[in-house]
Amino acid sequence: MIKLQEVSKIYEMGDDRVYALDHANMEIREGEFVSIVGPSGSGKSTMMNIIGCLDTADEGSYILDGISIERYSEKELAKIRNQKIGFIFQNFNLLPRLTAEENVELPLIYQKLSLQERKHRVREAMEQVELSQRMKHRPTELSGGQQQRVAIARALVTKPSLFLADEPTGNLDSRTGQEIMELFHNLHEAGNTIVLITHDRQVAEEAERKIHIRDGKVREVEVG
Amino acid sequence: MIQTGKMAWNAVCANKLRTFLTMLGIIIGVAALIILVSIADGAGNSVSSQISEMGSNYLSVRISDNKENPLKLTEFSELFDEEVFLSSAPVGRTSATGKSGYSSSSINIYGTSGGYFSVMGMELYAGRLLKKTDLENHSYVIVISYDTAVEYFGRGDAVGETLSLDGKSFQVAGVLSKDAASPSSAMSVRSSEDTSETVSLEGYIPYSTLSRIADNVLEINQFYVSSENEESMDEAELRLEEILLKRFGNDEDAFSIQNQSEIMEAMAEVDHTMSLMLGGIAAISLLVGGIGIMNIMLVSVTERTREIGIRKAIGAGQSSIMFQFLLEALIVSLAGCLAGIGCSWCGLKVIGAIMGSSIQVAMNGKVALLSVLFSGVIGIVFGLYPAKKAAKKKPIDALRYSG
Repeated sequence: MIKLQEVSKIYEMGDDRVYALDHANMEIREGEFVSIVGPSGSGKSTMMNIIGCLDTADEGSYILDGISIERYSEKELAKIRNQKIGFIFQNFNLLPRLTAEENVELPLIYQKLSLQERKHRVREAMEQVELSQRMKHRPTELSGGQQQRVAIARALVTKPSLFLADEPTGNLDSRTGQEIMELFHNLHEAGNTIVLITHDRQVAEEAERKIHIRDGKVREVEVG
Repeated sequence: MIQTGKMAWNAVCANKLRTFLTMLGIIIGVAALIILVSIADGAGNSVSSQISEMGSNYLSVRISDNKENPLKLTEFSELFDEEVFLSSAPVGRTSATGKSGYSSSSINIYGTSGGYFSVMGMELYAGRLLKKTDLENHSYVIVISYDTAVEYFGRGDAVGETLSLDGKSFQVAGVLSKDAASPSSAMSVRSSEDTSETVSLEGYIPYSTLSRIADNVLEINQFYVSSENEESMDEAELRLEEILLKRFGNDEDAFSIQNQSEIMEAMAEVDHTMSLMLGGIAAISLLVGGIGIMNIMLVSVTERTREIGIRKAIGAGQSSIMFQFLLEALIVSLAGCLAGIGCSWCGLKVIGAIMGSSIQVAMNGKVALLSVLFSGVIGIVFGLYPAKKAAKKKPIDALRYSG
């Protein structure tokens, strides 16, 4: 499903060329629950940005669902992000002015679905994360755990083929974090592909497979 | 589309004070545009209607250089005794202190002939007009306007009364009807009857009599000639020029002929230029309002960089982001425009109430429509750059933004 072949991301710092990703190779199959682990500055965020089509590789090729991403225009990448990828961020990244319901509805608006269809799918997603009672609340009126649930609902409402979570429990206490991880397990059991990016070894243990990354290179692949 | 509109509306409403202040530039610009142009229009219309009330089928002639061979009253009637001219009349003017048993005040005296009333389209209320014999006999008779009769005698029908002008007694031969407008009173903005503004007092005496009592009126320096109708004006003007050239030895500079419709055209031209100038000034303030919109939209784009990043991450394309910000700019400018139209409507009502019926100030629908279009264009033009800037942001950079 995901295949990185000799992918490099290079930043120019004056005369120096810094490799954020250095000829990385990796493969993730459909339905897998994988964690990408590495210390801060190891290149795991760059890896996530490339996998999530938020950024493009400078060298090598990234193949998602059998198609090489390099060929896509900005417009097509936006469509892929919208339809194939569900993002979950460490700091939730909800729009503060919108209610939980409206935040979840947002990706569907960009899909130009009918109002009826949108309402139906938003309700379904909110039920899945057990927040149907908090539809009309704004992010500031919700706890951290609830906000992350809304973010997960926003990711799953488009029924993406890949969930991409960047330190999803980083801003939460361990009990709430565990609840969120529980949700990921549920999503995985339902047949979804999940990529979890974290520096926390304990969280990484939850995945089926761990990919260690250090200094921009994939060092080790470990089956959990 | 509806959803984007709703999102843009919410964003505009999120910062009410800021949005209002931004709109203020447009509100003031639109209100200034509509009020100024409407007033200029109203003033222009009232002046033109007063000029046209006076009739537009006469020519006014001024003799500036008589080559020591002045036009005399005796030759005047013979000179213009042609079919193409309906009537003609010399005009001399002075002012005097008029006295009657009731009151004493300054009065404008015109020395003329009976033809004058026909040229000006003045009608009688009572009595008679000036006759040829009055001119021949240097009679001390006077025809006065209705207002003058009321002023001196307390009633309109003052025929047979005696009015003293600078000590000389004149018998009132006739009183003109109320709506007979003279050139002098029509040129100044005339007050309506229910306002307390002073009315100008006017009397008409034989030209020959005027040249006797007034030191400054000897020969004919100004006269009016009327044609049958407006269509025969050009013919009359040509013939008049011919006669005058012959009389003054082919000297074109000896006299000037003014056509009433030329005055109207000149007035319309002045009015048009005035509207354009005032409109231009107001348009500049609208432009400044547009710059205000651009400024605040740029701030908004920077402030909402993270939001743009989030939207892009979950699938918003460049066009959706651009459309949203463009719509926000358009909402601000059009809402400002509508508020400006409302303000100008109220403003014009107030101005109309102050001015009374002397100038008709009504909102010019065309200008209102133009201001809507102009504001729309300003919203789009000044919203385009910030919207483009928002749309071009890279999702990864926008998401990282922490300002």
